[in-house]
Amino acid sequence: MNALTGSGRARPGTGIKVTTPHMGNLHLLLEDLFGRLGVEYIKPPLSSTKTLQIGVKHSPEFACLPLKINLGNFIQALEKGANTIAMAGGHGPCRFGYYGIVEERILRDLGYDFRFVMLEPFGDGPWTFYKTFESLAPGLSIPSLWKILKVSFAKGRAIDRLGRRSLQVRAYEVNRGDTTRALKEAEKILAQAGTTEEIREAEAAAVAVIEGVEQDPERDVLKVGIVGEFFLLLEPFSNFDLEEALGHMGVYLERCVWVTDWIAPRKDNKIFGYPKKLIEEKAAPFLSQNVGGEGRETIGNTVMFAERGFDGVIQLLPFGCMPENIASSILPKVQQVHDIPVQTLAFDEQTGKAGMVTRVEAFMDLLWARRNGRLISVPRRGKKPEAACGGCQRAGTA
Amino acid sequence: MRVGIPRSLLYYKYLPFWKTFLTEIGLEVETSPLTNKQILSWGVEVAENELCVPVKAFYGHCMALRGRVDAIFVPRVVSVEEREYTCPKFLGLPDMIGAVADNLGLPPLLTPRLNQREKPSEFKWQLINFAREEFGLGRLEAAMALESARRAQRRYHDSLVAGRRPLDLLPASRLNRPRWRPAGKGTRRVGLLGHPYNLYDGYITQNLIARLEEAGVELVVPEMTDQHVLMEAATDVPKQLYWTYEKEIMGAINHWTEQKKVDGVIYVLAFACGPDSLVQVLIEHRAREHKVPLMSLTIDEHSGEAGLVTRIEAFVDMLMRKKPAVSAA
Repeated sequence: MNALTGSGRARPGTGIKVTTPHMGNLHLLLEDLFGRLGVEYIKPPLSSTKTLQIGVKHSPEFACLPLKINLGNFIQALEKGANTIAMAGGHGPCRFGYYGIVEERILRDLGYDFRFVMLEPFGDGPWTFYKTFESLAPGLSIPSLWKILKVSFAKGRAIDRLGRRSLQVRAYEVNRGDTTRALKEAEKILAQAGTTEEIREAEAAAVAVIEGVEQDPERDVLKVGIVGEFFLLLEPFSNFDLEEALGHMGVYLERCVWVTDWIAPRKDNKIFGYPKKLIEEKAAPFLSQNVGGEGRETIGNTVMFAERGFDGVIQLLPFGCMPENIASSILPKVQQVHDIPVQTLAFDEQTGKAGMVTRVEAFMDLLWARRNGRLISVPRRGKKPEAACGGCQRAGTA
Repeated sequence: MRVGIPRSLLYYKYLPFWKTFLTEIGLEVETSPLTNKQILSWGVEVAENELCVPVKAFYGHCMALRGRVDAIFVPRVVSVEEREYTCPKFLGLPDMIGAVADNLGLPPLLTPRLNQREKPSEFKWQLINFAREEFGLGRLEAAMALESARRAQRRYHDSLVAGRRPLDLLPASRLNRPRWRPAGKGTRRVGLLGHPYNLYDGYITQNLIARLEEAGVELVVPEMTDQHVLMEAATDVPKQLYWTYEKEIMGAINHWTEQKKVDGVIYVLAFACGPDSLVQVLIEHRAREHKVPLMSLTIDEHSGEAGLVTRIEAFVDMLMRKKPAVSAA
């Protein structure tokens, strides 16, 4: 099936110029996917302060941060010539499932003219799912969609695996910035791959590039897990590239949401490595109900990081995120029971990078102190803590 | 056994139902006092600071029940309509309270899970099983308790639709009961939009209802319209809302603007309320489209009284100068 790999050939005559919001590496996968579908893809300029400013200007005041960034992406893409917006949907109870409708309303009120396509989850019915794609690429058959998705997903997974490896390598890198450069190069190698076979070969080459970074295996590193709301985890712009900053501090990271895990219809979390069901079981003693978004996963993953002997956990969330606020209301209890420090960081358009870095540095100092036995464990009920840390003391003061 | 119902959140929606049900299965029911300064400051202290003010108040109400009851009733109301949810915070509420229960010395929690998302009839069994498992009741007894609870709730709704105000029916704030003035000539009708647990909690909304009625406007609230009418009116959106209570709000403004029932709308929303932050866009659009003046009033635990009074006065003055959309009949 050569036609599938001939990427970049626009279908003549449709005139569809589709755009989507940015979310971390998602555009790499989408560029590949739309290329194979033969749909012209207008990539919005990478999210920047400008994007956020535009988004904030037109968004409701306490909508969550991702909506504001999305909106900025859309406006910048429409100005770049896009005429169709594709947005993912969902059925709640998190706000994300209704983003599309609200964003469409705001854009129309601003006077933009475009076609709006809502991509509802595969679980809603394969036919609707297929029809959505077919409306973007007329004449697309079901088998070819299936094959295209499969190859693009394979590539997406490879990109995610590279990202995952880079989080770990960065903690040991000798020259600061090497890993980030290597990752960029590795992603470039993958971008050219067409067939599944080529993707496999490219991935091996790309991994070699990342592994080739000069490392100091003797270095003593902290192990920290990152949990929280998916957009904040996936989009480095929204979290001030916290992962890179932590990596430079010599912190070995594991992040529990990856692009392909998140958009895959099956919840076996191939990249993260722990299936959703297991995470839910771990969360059950603290939160036995799906509260939308990653609320329950945040609790379950924190428990798992604690059980696997991580030094600490960082929770990222957009200010006001409902599921994550439920989780952060419960996390003090998890900290008590499992004896693991958790630092919750909320982000909105007012958040400054310096403040975040300071808090993260303080948290890392605390983790080092704990590891070196210079600090008592997370305070338990009734016991007055001896050393202070905002993050893990809430449990004691509550 | 004495069981406490916190006077917060869904108390303002389902009190008749819960109270009857719990009494019928042989429990003594006690409600926490009206929201006051102490209760809210307890809540603000204990709760995560990004939560909305009604949820913070809920923490305070649970604390106010300490020492007075043997258990606190915190149902997990996942869904009250097919294919819909309430609000994520109601889904996680028992776990959120449960996480601090030990530290605060709260009595045990009773947390039946009520979920009609998959199948509307299911909630009947969820409550019957709750009564059987927790209190050893027979199936028949539990079913009978459920039936009278449903009747009580229906009576409540019927009298609301018949024109009684929720405040008169629920044991509510003394402050909140306005000095009622008959609507005089030139009176304007104001639709008051928002969640009942904000609107009818006189402490959280600083006696908004009393102030408005004193200002001489006639109030219309969503509860005065039949539930089915609201739900039907809310379907006028490209994708159905999946939050039932937001759907009611959406339905109310659609219905009011369609039927020209109001001269203006005041939309009360709690700061950091997730669903409202999005639905706000659609509501404001609707009001603009139908040229109905709308004032969004955001409240939180820091809201000052003076600001509220000024805004209400300005809004009412503006309405009084406009020609009434509805003839004051």
